[in-house]
Amino acid sequence: MQSVALWFATFLLMVIMSVPGLWVVLSAFRPNREILAKPPVWVPTELTLANFGKIFGFGSEQVGIPVTSYFMNSMIIALTSTVIALIIGMAGGYAFARYRFRFKGGIFLGLMLFRAVPGIALSLPIFMIWSRLGLIDAKMGLIIVYVSLNVPFTIWLIDGFFRQIPMSLSEAAQVDGCTRWQAFWKIEFPLARSGIAAAGVFAFLTSWNEFALASQLTRSTDSKTLPVGLMDFTAQFTIDWAGMCAMAVIIIIPALIMTFLVQKHLIAGLTFGGVKG
Amino acid sequence: MAGITLAGVEKHYGRMRVVHGIDLDIAHEEFVVLVGPSGCGKSTTLRMIAGLEEITGGEIRIGERVVNDLPPRKRNISMVFQNYALYPHMNVRDNLGFGLKIAGQPQAVIAERVREAAEILGLSELLDRTPAELSGGQRQRVAMGRAIVRHPDAFLFDEPLSNLDAKLRGQMRAEIKKLHQKVKTTVVYVTHDQIEAMTLADRIVVMRDGYIEQVGTPMEVFNHPANTFVATFIGSPPMNLLPGRIEGGQVRLAGGEAVPVPARLAARVAEGLEVVLGIRPDDISPVGHGLGEVAEPADITLTVSIAEPLGMESLIYTTIAGQEVQAKLYGPRIVGPGEVLPFRLALERAHLFDAETGDTLEAR
Repeated sequence: MQSVALWFATFLLMVIMSVPGLWVVLSAFRPNREILAKPPVWVPTELTLANFGKIFGFGSEQVGIPVTSYFMNSMIIALTSTVIALIIGMAGGYAFARYRFRFKGGIFLGLMLFRAVPGIALSLPIFMIWSRLGLIDAKMGLIIVYVSLNVPFTIWLIDGFFRQIPMSLSEAAQVDGCTRWQAFWKIEFPLARSGIAAAGVFAFLTSWNEFALASQLTRSTDSKTLPVGLMDFTAQFTIDWAGMCAMAVIIIIPALIMTFLVQKHLIAGLTFGGVKG
Repeated sequence: MAGITLAGVEKHYGRMRVVHGIDLDIAHEEFVVLVGPSGCGKSTTLRMIAGLEEITGGEIRIGERVVNDLPPRKRNISMVFQNYALYPHMNVRDNLGFGLKIAGQPQAVIAERVREAAEILGLSELLDRTPAELSGGQRQRVAMGRAIVRHPDAFLFDEPLSNLDAKLRGQMRAEIKKLHQKVKTTVVYVTHDQIEAMTLADRIVVMRDGYIEQVGTPMEVFNHPANTFVATFIGSPPMNLLPGRIEGGQVRLAGGEAVPVPARLAARVAEGLEVVLGIRPDDISPVGHGLGEVAEPADITLTVSIAEPLGMESLIYTTIAGQEVQAKLYGPRIVGPGEVLPFRLALERAHLFDAETGDTLEAR
C-alpha cells in the first residue's frame, strides 16, 4: 500500500517536471497558429515537420538562421571546454585527494566560493577584459569562460571520488611493480571513472546550455551558440514559437545522447569490494 | 637469498620523530613479527621497508642492496595490506596476475604462476569472481596469493588479520604459518596482537614509541622480558607488577608483605634497591590448584574479589599490597567473592625489574 502511494507520488512529480519539456517537444511539431490558438488546443490536431524544414532550409518557408554554424560552435565550445575542465579537474581532484600541501584547505574553499558567485555577476568584468583581449565573438573566449565556471565543480566532484578510493590500492599497485603514474591509470582512474563521467556530463551540459554569458560575448555566426541562436526567432513584433521549439529540440538531442552514453558509468555502482569497508 | 637489514633507521614527520634510529637484522627465510601498541612506529617501519615512506635517516638493505632511494616497485617485495587492497575492478585471476603483467611476463608464465598460487591457497574455484563476491577470509587469501605469485625476496604483512572476526583470525593465522612453511621466504609481519606475534614469529620485535624494546624468540620474550613494558605487553592476561624494596634478602612490597628474592636473582640485587616484582597470573594460584610443582614457593593468604570461570581454569582477581592482581586457578572448583584462600607464588618464574628504569635485573 505504502509502496503504491510512493510510486504514485513519484509518478506525479515526474509528470509535473516533464510537462514543460514535453510541451516544447510537442510544440516543435505543431504549426504556429495552433500553438497560439485561444482557447488553447490541448490535443494537437495536426503534426508537421515544417518547423524543422524552416530551420534547415527545406520546404516552402525558410528562416534565415544558420543552425549548422550555431550547432558546430556549440559542439566545439562545449566539448573543448569539457575536455579541458576534466583534465584540470582530474589533476586538481587527485592532488586535493592525495597530497598534503600548504594552504590546501584555503585553496579548496576559495575554489568553492568562486563557484558560488553567480556567473552573470561576472559578465561585465569579463566583457571588459575580453574586449581588450579581442576575445569577444571568439570561440576561445567562451571556452575560457566555461572552463573557469566548470573547473571548481569538476575538481570538487572528482576529489570526492578519489577520496573514496583507499590509498592502499595505489600503494599495492606500486608494490606490485607500477610507477605512481601507472598506478593512477591502471587502478585509480578506472575506479574513479564514474565520477569523472559525471563531472564530464555536468560540465558539458553547463557549457551547452549556458545562455547569459554567451549572449553577451558572441556576435556573429563565428561564435554564437545554439541557446543564443534561439533569440534569432524573436523579431521586433513577433516570436516564432514553433521555430523556437523546433530549435530547442535540436539543442536537447545531443545533451540527451551524451547523458545516455555515460549513464552506464553514472549508475555503475562501482563495487568497492576490494577493500574492507 | 635476501635478508633485510635496518641500520639506524629514522623517520621524522616535520619535527615529530616517529622512529628513533632502529637497528634490526632479519635473516633469510626468517619470520619476524613487529609488535607494539598503536603509534609505536611498527607500521611506519614496515612501510619504510616497502618504500611507501621515505627514510629520514639510516639505511635499509634488502639482500645486499641498499634500497633507501628505490621506489617500491624496484625492491622486489610484496605486501599484504590491512584492508587487503584488492583491485575491485578486476577478478581474482587478474588481481593475482597484475604484478606479473606489469612486469611484462608472457601470458603462459602468468597463467602458470596464478594457477600455482591459487592451488597453494585454495583459490582455484574463485578465479573468475570479483573481490566484492568474496568473503573476508577469501579476500585475505587472494591478497596473500597476490603476494606470492611474484616470488619476491620478502613478504610484508601489515596487520593482515585485524579485519577478521576472532574465529576466522585463528584459521588465517594457521594458514599464514602453513604458507610460510610452503613458500620459504623472509617475512616481516606487523601486528598489535601479541597472540599473533607469539604464534607466528621466529623472532618477535617489541616496539614502543619508535624504539625497539626487545628482540627475541617468542619464548625468550615471554620468559625473559627485558623491561616492565615487554613484561606487560606480551602474555595475556598481563604480568602483575608489584613495587617493593629489597630488605634482608626479601622483597618488601609496598603494603608490608614480604616475599623472598628469587634464587637466581639473589646475587644481582643490592640491599635497599627499589624494585618491581613481576609475576604472571599463571604463577599465582591457590595451593593445590597451580600448574604442577613449584620449586620456590612463597605462600600468602589472599581474599578473592572476583572469579571468572573460563572452563578448565578460573581467572581470579585479588589484591596484594593494596594493588589489584590477577591469579589463575586450575582444576574445577567454584570460588566466590570474599573467599579467603591460601595462595602460592612460583618465585622461580618471577621477575625483578629496576623500579627506576623498568629494566630487568636478570643477566642479559
